[in-house]
Amino acid sequence: MSLKYTADHEWVKPEADDIVLVGITEHAQEMLGDIVFVELPEIDSSFNQGDDISVIESVKAASELKAPVSGSIVAINEALADEPATVNDDPTGAGWFCRIRLSDPSELDNLMDEAGYKAILT
Amino acid sequence: MNEEQLLKTPLHDLHLELGGKMVGFAGYHMPVQFPLGIMGEHKHTRSKAGLFDVSHMGQVTIHGANAALDFESLVPVDIFDLKPLTQRYALFTNDQGGIDDDLMVSNAGDHLFVVVNAACKDRDLEHMRSNLSDCNVKMLEDRALLALQGPAAASVMARIAPETSDMVFMDWRPLDINGIRCFAGRAGYTGEDGFEISIPADAADDFARKLLAEDEVEMIGLGARDSLRLEAGLCLYGHDLDSTTTPVEANLLWSMQKVRRADGERAGGFPGAEVIFNQLANGASRKRVGFDVVGRAPVREGAELQDGKGNKVGQITSGGFGPTLEAPVAMGYVSNEYSTIGTGLVALVRNREIKVNVAKMPMVEQRYHRG
Repeated sequence: MSLKYTADHEWVKPEADDIVLVGITEHAQEMLGDIVFVELPEIDSSFNQGDDISVIESVKAASELKAPVSGSIVAINEALADEPATVNDDPTGAGWFCRIRLSDPSELDNLMDEAGYKAILT
Repeated sequence: MNEEQLLKTPLHDLHLELGGKMVGFAGYHMPVQFPLGIMGEHKHTRSKAGLFDVSHMGQVTIHGANAALDFESLVPVDIFDLKPLTQRYALFTNDQGGIDDDLMVSNAGDHLFVVVNAACKDRDLEHMRSNLSDCNVKMLEDRALLALQGPAAASVMARIAPETSDMVFMDWRPLDINGIRCFAGRAGYTGEDGFEISIPADAADDFARKLLAEDEVEMIGLGARDSLRLEAGLCLYGHDLDSTTTPVEANLLWSMQKVRRADGERAGGFPGAEVIFNQLANGASRKRVGFDVVGRAPVREGAELQDGKGNKVGQITSGGFGPTLEAPVAMGYVSNEYSTIGTGLVALVRNREIKVNVAKMPMVEQRYHRG
């Protein structure tokens, strides 16, 4: 399935069984600059849409990753602990943050498609 | 402050042309980074040469029959014996012994040339004018200030201005660069060898382009300037120093020559001398120190330092990621009893405890050219 986007520059990729993969967009990584540390959420922890789930530290500053959807964390990208710059190099691939099991799949309908997201960037 | 009120340096167009990400800083439009990125700019400066626009800083000349002696009434520093064509780090102190700004003072032969921080320059100018009544204090509004820093800075400068090649760290002199009157000091704010060059505003763009045309030189933004100075253990005014920190607390006693101390020939006579001498004799209650941070999470300005039992013992004043160290780096103030190198403390970051150890500064070796 194709990616969905939030206004906070996160992407969500629907997988099977109400599970989504979550990361930040190319635009977000470019704005943040060199990422040096990522603090990921704990597996099994639950969040509401818009809660802070992760902290992204660039050389410049710390910023929060907000939960793009409500649900519980089923997996995190452990590789980011040693190689946080992967988020800069491949934000929509190897630089993913976590997998969330949706508690309310209908929230996906409120996210933007690629055309909608591109429109807010201009 | 809104965008329109921000001032532009003589290199503003060049910054935009080079893709600089512009921010407001001390009332100026300044580039925080270029497309190379903070990490890349930092590493480039340490390995080759970085060009910095620091034209926002205040450049001041002080003329007067006894300018050097008069200036000593404002700083706890030996200015009278400062040799012609050399420069020195100094501090403006206040009546409480606190630091109102840090600055560079050059003996230009028949006058003093002073460079002060951008955010303090109006206050500093007023301070000098009202206290140096026998001197003519003039802010040079029509000059840019560029810094060329890094191991290749000297060879690049030697190609453009050969007379710089016999300068050593803290030398300062007027230079003629293609008929343009410049002043250059062999110093900087990165811990590397390099130069700071004052040049007429209308010649700055050409000069910067000429430097950038050299293979080794890249334009560097404020972001890398901050990470470079932090690794080098250098203070940022308004963060690591302010009007409540004394030179003793700030661990800047090296900048106070013996001749101005309590038993010196020209002891005291600067604002706050009693407080500072008292701290020198009896110790201050807190001290600025550097920290190694355990793990990868940066510990930033404002983070509380604790003794591990939940008692607050200090605070981080500058912190971030050190690209040369490939690790977080920080400095801050701690109660005196926790200031010994190796002391283990805890920094609170988002309510998590991050282990830090008091460390020797600078974190990255300074590589000044002392001849």
